[in-house]
Amino acid sequence: MTNANGQEPLLQVNNIEVIYDKVVLVLKGVSLHVPAGGIVTLLGANGAGKTTTLKAISGLLRPERGEVTRGSIYFQGRRIDHEEPPEIVRMGIVQVLEGRGVLEHLTVEENLLVGAHTRPRGDNLQDDIEMIYHYFPSLAERRRIKAGYLSGGEQQMLAIGRALMAHPKVLLLDEPSLGLAPLLVQEIFRIVRRLNEEQGVSVLLVEQNASIALEIADYGYVMENGRIVLDGDAETLKNNEDIKEFYLGLSAVGQRKSYREVKHYRRRKRWLS
Amino acid sequence: MDFFLELFVNGLLTGVLYALIALGLVLIYKASSVLNLAVGEMALLASFVVALAANFGAPSWLAILAGVVVMVAFGYFVERLAFRPLIGQPVISLIMATVGIALFLRGIYFILSNKWPVYLVDLGLPVDSLNLGPVSLLSSSVVGGLVALLLFGLVGYIYARTRTGLALRAVSDNQTVALSLGISIDHLWAVVWIGAGLVALVSGIVWGQRIGVQFGIAILGLKGLPVVFLGGLDSMVGALLAGIFIGVAENVVAGYLDPLIGGGTKEFLPFFIMLIALWVRPYGFFGREIIERV
Ligand SMILES: Nc1ncnc2c1ncn2[C@@H]1O[C@H](COP(=O)(O)OP(=O)(O)O)[C@@H](O)[C@H]1O
Ligand SMILES: [Mg+2]
Repeated sequence: MTNANGQEPLLQVNNIEVIYDKVVLVLKGVSLHVPAGGIVTLLGANGAGKTTTLKAISGLLRPERGEVTRGSIYFQGRRIDHEEPPEIVRMGIVQVLEGRGVLEHLTVEENLLVGAHTRPRGDNLQDDIEMIYHYFPSLAERRRIKAGYLSGGEQQMLAIGRALMAHPKVLLLDEPSLGLAPLLVQEIFRIVRRLNEEQGVSVLLVEQNASIALEIADYGYVMENGRIVLDGDAETLKNNEDIKEFYLGLSAVGQRKSYREVKHYRRRKRWLS
Repeated sequence: MDFFLELFVNGLLTGVLYALIALGLVLIYKASSVLNLAVGEMALLASFVVALAANFGAPSWLAILAGVVVMVAFGYFVERLAFRPLIGQPVISLIMATVGIALFLRGIYFILSNKWPVYLVDLGLPVDSLNLGPVSLLSSSVVGGLVALLLFGLVGYIYARTRTGLALRAVSDNQTVALSLGISIDHLWAVVWIGAGLVALVSGIVWGQRIGVQFGIAILGLKGLPVVFLGGLDSMVGALLAGIFIGVAENVVAGYLDPLIGGGTKEFLPFFIMLIALWVRPYGFFGREIIERV
């Protein structure tokens, strides 16, 4: 499949189905593309299947007894849905887990070093570490501190910085805004944008916070109940009435409605017409 | 006073060996949160292999090499056949797997030792006594203690300074996160099982020389439990200090108490200490601190 520029997308997920524990069907045919150099966001409410989608890509489903049972995932033209996580990281896909997941008992710098685990021995990591500190200056001051003692925002920065140590071509970010104050979220998203522009790393950003995600993304998908229900350019999505009402909290009466309330008439209208 | 000193120093040497057994537990625990209930049987297997090879006329170096080969193969196959298929299963399944391994090794030992009875690991180490002032020690015990300490130093170095050590610490901290960084859990599990196998080899050789190759070595594995519960399941420093503490405590107390009660102190005291330790500090005295941010 090709995108508008006639190029093969960096990452393509084709109609995948994911089953947990051999019986629980969670993804029911999900397709999405991440172009090289792009920022794509995957939006959806809790339980929609966003994390499952990311784990299907990064190979992290297996330890949770999940399995891609249908469809395929390609990265740079190579099929990866049966690869193990170490190989997937080596190819250039790194997932930053939901809830940050720093290694609490390791120092900030050790966290960064272990992020380079898949790189060849003898690579010069010091320059990379300095680069991370350049983007996240507050980590530099705390390099000898155990990561468990960092603030929530710093932990998120560390998790992103650590992922960069593997020299990824695409970063999978799972709800980086979770539990952080709005100003901090903005700062982190600004840095993600800069990393994308200056380092050329592509991003697949999972978020519930649609307004801020659509601020930095080029393209977005909306997921519900294991399916993609909507996709489009970030600009288009920002102006979409469903998104406005549900995610941006801008319903006509000025109160936040549940998507369930609005989706029936609207989505029916959209998809059936 | 001389009597006390003798009890103390001998307890010290035994304690280092208990610490070594505990090290086999800690290595596996840190990598997988699994209590390896086969440590004693692993040491038994190792001592049997070395003694058997020596019995067949192999020179010491070759007998030890045979032990290395068997324990490395053992570690590799445990990971491959018992652990890897259980990734993602509850920890209790893995612990039960180690019980299975223990019983399997016992079976193997009984079958093989019926066929080829061996009694002692004899690597030609000096058997004379060393006299240090008022204390006299078996020089083989001293050598055993020093080798054990050396092994602790080596493992500590690997954890603190090498790339594999860093990955091991990452897995010990958070397995899911480690996996997301491309760390291969399978590979590290093989590393720690092989490591634990080699640690058991040293234990097996030292004990096999000291008490002979007999089922008692498997029972010694139980002495690792009070050590790790006192020192903390995930702490090597804890294992060393707690091992020494228990070795000294049981030897000194037994020295004075056994003549009065007719023996058996060493069989109950470590476990009594374990109960108290569990009661006072469930995670041991050197277990990893739990980080709570405010
Ligand atoms: N390991 C698992 N086993 C069984 N069901 C799971 C597992 N992980 C997630 N699920 C289920 O899959 C659905 C999607 O979960 P998830 O992908 O985490 O959604 P999201 O990230 O969008 O909140 C939920 O209904 C959840 O209960
Ligand atoms: Mg999620």
